[in-house]
Amino acid sequence: MTLQIAVFLILAAVAVAGAVSLILQRHPIHSALSLIVVMVALAGLYLLQGAEFIAAVQIIVYSGAIMVLFVFVIMLLNAGEEERTNLSRMARFVGVPLGVVFLLEVAYWIARATSHMAQASTQAVSTRDLSTLLFREYVFPFELTSFLILIALLGALVLARREDSD
Amino acid sequence: MNEFAAQHPILAVALPKIVVLLFVLLTSLAYLTWFERKVVAHIQARWGPYRVGPHGLLQPLADGLKFLFKEDPTPAGADKFAYFLAPFLALALAITSIAVIPFGPKEFTIFGQSTPLAITNLNIGLLILFAITSMGVYGVALAGWSSNSKYPLMGGLRSSAQMVSYELALTMSVVGVILMAGTFNLSEIVMSQQGFHWGFLPRWNLIGAPMPQVLGFLLFFTAAVAETNRAPFDLAEAESELVAGFHTEYASFKFAMFFMAEYSSMITVSCLATILFFGGWLSPFPQTGLWAWTRFIPSAAFALAGLALIVHGVRYLTLFGRIVLPALGLVLCALGLLFSRPGVPDFIQGPFWFLLKIAIFLFVYVWVRGTLPRFRYDQLMSFGWKVLLPLSILNVVITSLAIVWTQR
Repeated sequence: MTLQIAVFLILAAVAVAGAVSLILQRHPIHSALSLIVVMVALAGLYLLQGAEFIAAVQIIVYSGAIMVLFVFVIMLLNAGEEERTNLSRMARFVGVPLGVVFLLEVAYWIARATSHMAQASTQAVSTRDLSTLLFREYVFPFELTSFLILIALLGALVLARREDSD
Repeated sequence: MNEFAAQHPILAVALPKIVVLLFVLLTSLAYLTWFERKVVAHIQARWGPYRVGPHGLLQPLADGLKFLFKEDPTPAGADKFAYFLAPFLALALAITSIAVIPFGPKEFTIFGQSTPLAITNLNIGLLILFAITSMGVYGVALAGWSSNSKYPLMGGLRSSAQMVSYELALTMSVVGVILMAGTFNLSEIVMSQQGFHWGFLPRWNLIGAPMPQVLGFLLFFTAAVAETNRAPFDLAEAESELVAGFHTEYASFKFAMFFMAEYSSMITVSCLATILFFGGWLSPFPQTGLWAWTRFIPSAAFALAGLALIVHGVRYLTLFGRIVLPALGLVLCALGLLFSRPGVPDFIQGPFWFLLKIAIFLFVYVWVRGTLPRFRYDQLMSFGWKVLLPLSILNVVITSLAIVWTQR
């Protein structure tokens, strides 16, 4: 158990450090890289919970597909360093206290909810169980979600190509 | 020692395995460059490396030393962090993926701890492999972007677009195999291919029931060649258009790391193709009855190769070669004898057939590079999206229909 806690602490520290660095970095590529670190650390946390499939899918989908697209777009647009304006300096005075308040609120509610969360099963869920659930019990919401994503995809395509048809 | 191993399985079992595998892998990476240069040379009716050591056998060593001692400049205006990160990321990811590959069926014992012939045997081995492959794009993309130079940026953009596109077809093409095996575990996928049609034809997934995965294999291998950025899909480093593509600005050992990453992914892809479609470590022959003698093929192959090397070696041009080649031949003969001793043939079957199949795939890789011309970029993209992807989806549909049909 101690090894698990140690691994958890390391992964959590990496995730938080990545998230902080994501906000503080000035260059979009560095921010994107920090976000990838967060994603991978989260995958490690899932793995620690015994959710192997979710962990692998987290890396494949988020770090491997979505973030690649982010990096790709940033590279393609050749975005430079973020500029500091008067407004962004002002945002610091409002944003930091707001962030702290929000963090405290979340921490408070999580601390209150731990008694419920302790009851949640900590048993490892095999990929087989997960797919049985997904394709038997929840097949309708699952298919509906994928349909929704397909519609969004087609919509984006139509919007992006509108100028061609003129 | 046994007690220590029981208390610290990671230190006593996993660490030695990792060290040994890493040593073997890095050595074979070095000799893969030699192999590729030799084979491409012979395809083009040349001799290839011949000067450093007999038949150029010490060429990888010389190359490695040269890489180490070269100056290592950083281009002006480069993003230093990403510029340093890229080659490390590329090599680390490429080497990590070998950790889930099983090399044989037998468990063996170190210090009283039984352990499989792989660094780790995961339930989601295949998914982990794809996860690592999908991360591999960053090495290339970051290298291209951080160099602050036009050609690398173009090369990096090209190859990230290419890798993202072909990853889809690559993943879809193995779904047929997963459906037939019913698991993501690589060892279990191999075990599901045991047995023979009509007593002699192996039931590998390539020709397995209920749906032979010939189409799946062709799609997989094509997509994999593109995914590893190898010819004829090496648009990222098209010399005539982009100098050397994403690693134009890299020199010294950082360049060598990209090189090693490319060869390491070649090995991983060959391992994966072997496991998924060609029965992994399974022998192509039945082990019983009339076919029992095939258990001695490994030792015979080693002994014959050793004899051939001795006969050829004693007549070699240089004195050094006349000493080294027969000595190597003697080692091979001795290994062949060792493999024929009682008990050993069974253990050596798995790794022997596995490595032989990998070697054949690596040869095909080099063969393809030596014979096919490079694609044009628009051809590459439309081929990936309009041919490979629909065909791989078709393969999934047909395979699932066949499975449902036979289960009725």
